[in-house]
Amino acid sequence: MKPNQSALGPLMNEGLPPEDRDLFSNARPVLYEPYPVEVVEKFVNWVRANSLWLLAFGTGCGAVEINPLMTARYDAYRMGVQTRPTPRQASVFLIGGYASVKTLKRIIRSYEQMQGPKFVVCLGICPINGGMYWDSYNTVNQFDLYLPVDLYITGCMPRPEVLMAGVLELKKKIMEGRADGANRYVENFDWYKANQKRVIKNWNMPDYNW
Amino acid sequence: MATPTALLDELGKRYTLSEIHIQRDDLLFLKVTKPQAVRFLKDLRDDAGYTHLTFMTNIDYIEDGRFTLTYMLHNYDTHHEIGVHVDLDRDNAEMDSIHNLWAQGRTYQCELREMYGIRFPGSPGLDDDFCLEGWDQIPPMRKEFDIVAFSEERFGNRPGRGSTDPREHMGTVMYPEHRDGTEH
Repeated sequence: MKPNQSALGPLMNEGLPPEDRDLFSNARPVLYEPYPVEVVEKFVNWVRANSLWLLAFGTGCGAVEINPLMTARYDAYRMGVQTRPTPRQASVFLIGGYASVKTLKRIIRSYEQMQGPKFVVCLGICPINGGMYWDSYNTVNQFDLYLPVDLYITGCMPRPEVLMAGVLELKKKIMEGRADGANRYVENFDWYKANQKRVIKNWNMPDYNW
Repeated sequence: MATPTALLDELGKRYTLSEIHIQRDDLLFLKVTKPQAVRFLKDLRDDAGYTHLTFMTNIDYIEDGRFTLTYMLHNYDTHHEIGVHVDLDRDNAEMDSIHNLWAQGRTYQCELREMYGIRFPGSPGLDDDFCLEGWDQIPPMRKEFDIVAFSEERFGNRPGRGSTDPREHMGTVMYPEHRDGTEH
């Protein structure tokens, strides 16, 4: 059962100092409604799958695997993948391995600034169960508690070939309309926020960074 | 002052040195007392040519109730290195700042404050966040900090994670014929 987001009221932005609260939006994220005509939605999904803009934000050791992907040897451009330096123009967020709490804060901020449709791909074992950092004091163990994940690529480290296979898998999911992470984030917004604030103790940003 | 022994003879006249360990011809460790330490480092820098602070770190000897600060210095003329140990009281760890000897000492001291809770009075930006933000526990690198319990409580563990004892696994799965410990 999808909760009605507008009925939940505006966000409180309690992490901000009172004089700053007026400067930021307190609106909740909005659910994406598919096109009423199915064939149109399918066409749009095909377009989305073939125009993936990767956010060039290296969030862990796996970020080094992205660099060969964009060179002549592996050449991910032929699969319709292109990197963008700003979250506003990106649609795929690649979590490159472990996420420390400090990075997680920036990841959330960047993810929320991305415009829909947006997809999260987790690279490596660390976002799944912590990997070799499972007992670290500063690394989150289950990434999907904090942001919705559309695709996992496991391994430590996955090679660029696996990453390309992951891209193809993501395209397949998008075309089938199953990459609905952004909507899951909207539907369970309060649950995600509570999880995020449980680990990020100095929450000094708006609740929704739009 | 080319050889370690010559350097030690010279410095031993003015400072109380202990636990001298000449590891190689170009690598030497020694311990000085806390009140003498910063003066000793300044002498090494200005007179003995050890102008470069390679790193500065700390070792936690919880069983002895002490911290051991380590300053690693490098001499660019002779390419000799010297490690200076200084013992601190673990419960009230405080040390004189070296940020006016080496500017990068400020960063190391900021990190040591965050990771071990060592105070360096006068060091600029000492209480700024370094790696951790909003840390609300005891400093995480102190040995009494239970990292596993903290990680379990704060981050949780996904069920289904298992681990195998390497010896047991090799004995039962990989090399059962050598289970009794015989060699290949």
